[in-house]
Amino acid sequence: MKITITSIGKTLDSEVDQRFGRAAYFIIVDSETLDFSVLENESAAAAGGAGVSAAKAVIDAGAEAVLTGNCGPNAQRTLSAAAVKLHTGVSGTVIEAIDLFKNGGLTEAAGPNVQAHFGIDK
Amino acid sequence: MSDNFVIAVASGKGGTGKTTVATNLACIASASGRKVQYLDCDVEEPNGHIFLKPQVTVSQEVAVDVPQVDPEKCTGCGKCGEICQYNAILCIKENVLTFEQLCHSCGGCIRICPTSAIKVKSLKIGDIEFGKANQIDFVGGKLQIGHVRTPTLIKEVKKHIKQDCLTIIDVPPGTSCPVVAAVKDTDFVLLVTEPTPFGLNDLKLAVELIRELNLPFVVVINRHGIGNEEIKKYCETENIDVIMKLPDDRRIAEAYSSGKMIVDVLQEYIEHFSKLCDYLEGVKEKLNEKRRLRIRRKNIP
Repeated sequence: MKITITSIGKTLDSEVDQRFGRAAYFIIVDSETLDFSVLENESAAAAGGAGVSAAKAVIDAGAEAVLTGNCGPNAQRTLSAAAVKLHTGVSGTVIEAIDLFKNGGLTEAAGPNVQAHFGIDK
Repeated sequence: MSDNFVIAVASGKGGTGKTTVATNLACIASASGRKVQYLDCDVEEPNGHIFLKPQVTVSQEVAVDVPQVDPEKCTGCGKCGEICQYNAILCIKENVLTFEQLCHSCGGCIRICPTSAIKVKSLKIGDIEFGKANQIDFVGGKLQIGHVRTPTLIKEVKKHIKQDCLTIIDVPPGTSCPVVAAVKDTDFVLLVTEPTPFGLNDLKLAVELIRELNLPFVVVINRHGIGNEEIKKYCETENIDVIMKLPDDRRIAEAYSSGKMIVDVLQEYIEHFSKLCDYLEGVKEKLNEKRRLRIRRKNIP
């Protein structure tokens, strides 16, 4: 399964970025083989609508699930339109997050866990 | 000051006394027989009405156009999402999503849609209230809670600037888009600050912005006597006139917190605002003289 983890760095040992729309990078990883690619988040410094455009980028990259710290309402609505599963409240390193996900330690978020603009300047 | 002159009362830092200066100035200018209009452009947190206590006679809704998609006609081509610069509309797996709060009403999606599946929907962003506070014409913008089209509403409020009077604009704090919208195209700016490190930091930002807009301005220091001398030093170095100093007086704070005007309850401050009024009259004369010269120069063949 192809999953996307928001990350502050470009490796599996990087910390999970707590922001979705304004995350530094998206690590797109095959949960079985751990093959991964790094997608720089072009929306990180957007003036507005970062959540929506970041979600679009993740959807276009073919992600079926997203693991992140916080996700706002616009990004959540966009991901949900493409039936991408969203898991919020994730912390630690990217590889730890993947392990937790594979072991069924993460439950799907019922909705956004923060308001719009939450990740600005963080 | 019988004819057209528009003053913006702005500040970098919030809570420095913009509304105090704007409302008291409006009162004193009006009491001296000038025709005065007060515009509350601090539409996210308007509070001029608390002090001026206008009799509101008319209220007008302000709405903007946002897209509404007809799923029957939509083919899911995604062109609307490609043209939108604000991610306010996008096509995900042939479903079009709209985010009204991100829309800037450019109409691009409506025009580019090949099947005319997108229609205009009206979205209320706020209200404008009109009234009279004694002889002062009051116009106040009020943004709808949860909405973010602040500059749009401010521009609508400013459409009601009258041509034959002194217009005083209460500007929102900060240096972002709403401030630019409120200050733009005014004749003169009063920057209200306080002698604290925060006051100075934000004053510098405001000065940068006003200089960028190429508008004449002066500084008003509120709560003079607290903090330090840094504002004074900064203004001297930058060659900025400090035109009024309101002292740090507990009675001013007491009047403010009970919704009273300084010039109504503390008569010794009437002079401060009268002098400010006279100063602005002088500024207006100078600006008018410059305009006349410019017109004359234009007419020289």
